[in-house]
Amino acid sequence: MKFSQTPLDQKNRRNEKLFRMLFMMMAVLLVLPVLAVLSVLIYKGGPALSWDFFITNPTQGMTAGGIWPALVGTMWLVAVALSVSVPLGVSAAIYLSEYAKDNWLTRVINLAIINLAGVPSIVHALFGLGAFVLFFGLGKSILAASLTLAVMTLPEIIVTSREAMQAVPRPFREASWSLGATRWQTIRHIVLPNSGSGILTGIILGVSRTVGETAPIMFTGAAFFLPYMPETVWDQTMAMSLHLFVVATQVPDAPEALPFGVALSLIAMVLTLNTLSIIFRTRLRRKKKW
Amino acid sequence: MVKKQKIESGALAQSVNRAWVFDRVAKGIVFIGGISAIVFIISIFIFIFDQGMGFIAEDLKPGEFFGSEIWRPTSESNPTYGILALIAGTASITGLAMLVSVPFSLGAAVFISEFATGRVKEGLKVLIELLAAIPSVVWGFIGLSIMNPLIVQLFDVPIGLNMLNAGIILGLMAAPIMTTIAEDALKAVPDGYREAAEAMGATRWQVIRRVVLPSARNGLGAAILLGVGRAFGETMAVLMASGHAINLPTSPFDSVRALTATIAAELGETARGSTHYEALFTIGIFLLLITLCINLLADLVIRGGWKRRKL
Repeated sequence: MKFSQTPLDQKNRRNEKLFRMLFMMMAVLLVLPVLAVLSVLIYKGGPALSWDFFITNPTQGMTAGGIWPALVGTMWLVAVALSVSVPLGVSAAIYLSEYAKDNWLTRVINLAIINLAGVPSIVHALFGLGAFVLFFGLGKSILAASLTLAVMTLPEIIVTSREAMQAVPRPFREASWSLGATRWQTIRHIVLPNSGSGILTGIILGVSRTVGETAPIMFTGAAFFLPYMPETVWDQTMAMSLHLFVVATQVPDAPEALPFGVALSLIAMVLTLNTLSIIFRTRLRRKKKW
Repeated sequence: MVKKQKIESGALAQSVNRAWVFDRVAKGIVFIGGISAIVFIISIFIFIFDQGMGFIAEDLKPGEFFGSEIWRPTSESNPTYGILALIAGTASITGLAMLVSVPFSLGAAVFISEFATGRVKEGLKVLIELLAAIPSVVWGFIGLSIMNPLIVQLFDVPIGLNMLNAGIILGLMAAPIMTTIAEDALKAVPDGYREAAEAMGATRWQVIRRVVLPSARNGLGAAILLGVGRAFGETMAVLMASGHAINLPTSPFDSVRALTATIAAELGETARGSTHYEALFTIGIFLLLITLCINLLADLVIRGGWKRRKL
């Protein structure tokens, strides 16, 4: 006697294949736009890119020339924002991963992090304007814009750093404590070195997010066009993301390739950073000793 | 000899003491970092309320604010602050975005978590991460310069900057967060459940349909909620792709204006302390309260799921 498939079995198998195909289509349709967007941007913006495009100022009412001041401005914003968000975010992660007990305060902190991550970017902009620009009197400046961005990226840095630290096995810490090391010595010499790459991954993702944000800097320190470069954190600056918004919507007689070129450069920056963090993470997973 | 040893141990004791003192200091410092998130969320509340309070206290007519579709803050003779049309704009775009992206995001999550293996799985996850990385202003630009002519051509409508355009763009922007969280929820279903069902002769699809999806229900719900929160608060993409026309929409091809986009477009032109300026902050308060509700609800839903699983 042979085992043969009953009609019910056949129907079940057919169903399984059908749904497998359906879900695969959905997944593919979801990621297809990424590739489509990239190829259109490269196709239309590619011709605008050249070395000169990156290192010259916009000219003729932003209808010609390059993106140099916006590029420099974005770097200013990212650097200043990081110098605030990284120390704060990493120390928050250290507290949550190494010191915090399971009590109401920890629950409130976690809730605050979730909510901070969910605050719309335009509300962050209002906060930046009300707090940093007006109340602390920083005016519209790189400092005010960067602080706004720092508050915005803080949850992401906290969450990724905390995950990286919690991935360090507890016996590592116990071994260190049993040798008489203090908690801080353990963190400094055991936890941080073993979670460094994970924290770095989070920071890179934070940078990538900072580079692309537009709404929070619009009213806090980024300008549409400036004839000079920023010299201190008290100056206003141009920025890549806002520059794209401006050339796409406020400069009607710009040649078509120009906004595509700006968009392509912006997305190239962002995707390079993200690819970097992905590579980091895969290497990290492969090298993991525990 | 003896004396020397004493000194050494004294020095040792001193450095040990110093280490413990430093430990205390370090703990204090990281504690400050730890509560920074609380400090910031509270100060966001305080500062936005502080700037918007003037409007709420003096000029707010709740009936007009929530009930009128006329937003005419710059009118000389009779400025009107009605956000009904803006709420309708935000709600319609968000709704359309969810309609587009919920099936695809959850479907993709099921495929990644239950069917895909090895390279396909890793590749899809990386692509979804890249989808999440595309900045909002770039999406807006895509809506403006690619989707706009496409919609005009495909549907033969006069303008392609409308609810449909913004809805599709927002759907794509909200999809990664939904997929990631939904996938986490599916992954959290214990393998024992799947094995038990498979041992009874269930096919992969039957396992998913009858076992995995029901037990991941809460996580999937939270994923959708967070997707709504994301779409709802999006600013630049909506500003650029929705047409930014005050309208109570009747079809997907109507141009609409969102709450977030209104703040972004008008804040730069208002004088500090003017009624218009304070009204924009009041919209900000409204946005903040709604996103807080969505996030707290999502948190409750997720935790409800945990509680049941422990039993």
